[in-house]
Amino acid sequence: MRVLPPLLRRKPAVAVLMCVPLFALILGLVAYPFFHALFLATLNKAETAFVGLDNFSFLFGRQTFWMVVRQSLLFALVAVVFKALIGLAAAHAINTIPTKGQRKWRGMMLIPWVIPPALSTLGWWWLFEPTYSAINWGLTKLAVPAVPWLSDTFWARFSIILVNVWVGAPFFLIMYLAALKSIPGELYEAAEMDGAGPWQKFFYITLPMIRNIIAITTLFSIIVTLANFDIVRVLTQGGPLNTTHLFATYAFRVGIESGDIPLGAAVSLFMFPMLAILAFIILRNVRRRAASLA
Amino acid sequence: MDLMTGSTRRTFLKAAGAAAAGTLAAPYVRTAGSAGRLRLGVIDHWVPGTNEVLQQLLERWGEANHVEVTVDFITTIGNKLLLTAQAESRAGSGHDLFALEFHMVPMFKHRLIAVDDVVDDIVAAYGPIAELSRQAAFLDGAWRGGPSPVMNASAATVARRDLFLEHAGIDLTEWFPAGDSRDPAKVDRWDWEAFGKAAAALHAAGRPVGAAISPVTDSSAWLAQLFASYGAAMVNEQGEIAADSDTVREALEYLTRLAEVMPDSVYAWDDASNNRWIISGTGSAIFNPPSAWAVAKRDSPDVARHLWHCDVPRGPAGRFRAFNSVFWGIWDFSENQSAARDLLRYVAEPEVVVAMLEASQGYDLPLFASHYDRTAVWAEAGPPAGGLYNYALRGDERTLTDGYPAPPEIAARISLQRVVPNLVARVTQGGESFDDAIGWVENELEGVLRS
Repeated sequence: MRVLPPLLRRKPAVAVLMCVPLFALILGLVAYPFFHALFLATLNKAETAFVGLDNFSFLFGRQTFWMVVRQSLLFALVAVVFKALIGLAAAHAINTIPTKGQRKWRGMMLIPWVIPPALSTLGWWWLFEPTYSAINWGLTKLAVPAVPWLSDTFWARFSIILVNVWVGAPFFLIMYLAALKSIPGELYEAAEMDGAGPWQKFFYITLPMIRNIIAITTLFSIIVTLANFDIVRVLTQGGPLNTTHLFATYAFRVGIESGDIPLGAAVSLFMFPMLAILAFIILRNVRRRAASLA
Repeated sequence: MDLMTGSTRRTFLKAAGAAAAGTLAAPYVRTAGSAGRLRLGVIDHWVPGTNEVLQQLLERWGEANHVEVTVDFITTIGNKLLLTAQAESRAGSGHDLFALEFHMVPMFKHRLIAVDDVVDDIVAAYGPIAELSRQAAFLDGAWRGGPSPVMNASAATVARRDLFLEHAGIDLTEWFPAGDSRDPAKVDRWDWEAFGKAAAALHAAGRPVGAAISPVTDSSAWLAQLFASYGAAMVNEQGEIAADSDTVREALEYLTRLAEVMPDSVYAWDDASNNRWIISGTGSAIFNPPSAWAVAKRDSPDVARHLWHCDVPRGPAGRFRAFNSVFWGIWDFSENQSAARDLLRYVAEPEVVVAMLEASQGYDLPLFASHYDRTAVWAEAGPPAGGLYNYALRGDERTLTDGYPAPPEIAARISLQRVVPNLVARVTQGGESFDDAIGWVENELEGVLRS
């Protein structure tokens, strides 16, 4: 039997070695792009000179940029709220089905989440197509006026939020369902014996028990939703009137499509401090609650 | 054929003829560097069947010159061509030769090798290149690409002659006949006001005209020709913001009226929407090259036989047609620049240009005046007979690119940031006052002009 070298016999050394691939991934795919973006955001348009924070101060003077900030926040807020509500309702509904029949429902409800969003959004685009919308065709047959899904500011925003909710709600569903299943049944039995109704059980047992999952899921979803790109890109390209641009699509328009990479990097980095603060607050609360439960 | 901004067809032909007469005899000499592999990224053509002909020609050239030619056809929909160029430019790897629309040349000029020797040879053989093309690709004292044999196109008026006659009382075949028998008085009446009146009548008849007012290339193109015809500019020749002007207000005022008789969906159209609109039989006019007609000929022949290509309406400052000059540039990381140069010379040969013109059914417009007399494709294409005759410029139209008259780098950004479509939509859809919209666009243009 071969004997391991002394270094590999030490547990900490093995642990570090086994973490090397993870460190390499984080360095290559997270740290390097982040610092490179920071570097790019400090260059002039031709990427030939260091300009410090000039790109950021320039952005702050742009009307369109502030509109993008407002609508990104609106998009994320509305979409996350609806995803959370629909996810919670659906998780509850599925949780009430006998275990044997749950699998097929879970599978079906996850379909929007597992299809590549660019592909499923293309399907939505056909439904919303400006001139030959399939939905409008149906509405017209029912003598209902056609809806300008993508050409009117309100409806275009509605459409991108709708598709985002459709794609993202299953994630909340699966997380909430897992959390619901982890709640001991005895708690509900005891509450029932004390005469608690369904709403009381929900507010005094279910919600407190899944609060941490709600917080983490919400945080994760806010980050992903604020950084959304594909839905807007496929459905509206930021139009009409730039009123559906989000940080990512506007950064793409300015940086990649218009050739101003430093300004595009500055737009995309604008999200970072906001999300970092949000993550800090939510995770701190989660830690505190976990500590109090322990 | 006039491709020179500010000149007429007659003066251009005179100049071209004089230059060509002295240089046509110059021999074409192939360099000895052709061998190895050559990867091309070219535009996926809108006209069905054109890609196949181009591929055959390129492969035949490759076989004759012992070069293994690979061609990727890249769509312009969703800006994929630009995105691919951006990725290759930053990665420093990809194709050897890449197709660049006019607004892409300034953006990537730092990564494109100078091909002055190639263009000089071509000009020596076939006469002067269109001035508009020179403005787009002769940057910092050097040519950054050679003329593409495909996808040089303009945004003509493509109208249903039957609907215009029935509902607007305009016989387009008489106003813009398929021959040299134009009546100047009738052509002169073809202005934006006449077009607007016809559009209102067609709208009332349930067959509206349509043109995109959304963040896509087609919007920038037709609005560029309309703005220029009113003398309206976002940025002037000196690179100064010029949006706060009476001419811009006049153009916006006209567009406010025109937009009322166009479908609301134009604010969400993509670059294929106008084609679908006219091919479906619902629409009565669009601004486009003949790709819509070519597809209609295949898919909807009853519509195709009524499509008539003609001049763009004129405005107070003249008549303008948006022209997309396409160049094939050689990346500085190309490992086979010698073969790429030879290929650029080859695709400018008249046989290639004419073959592509006929394959594209007249969609592609050559960048050399001398090539126009080598084909009768625009006169012969049909049905309807003569429907494409006026797609090649025949009258007083002057050509321009989006962003006109700003310097090339700035014009490219005006075009790519969809500044004009957004300005127009703010007024016609958003209901903003002219002053507010112009205030917004000035703020936006500061971003365009930043260095």
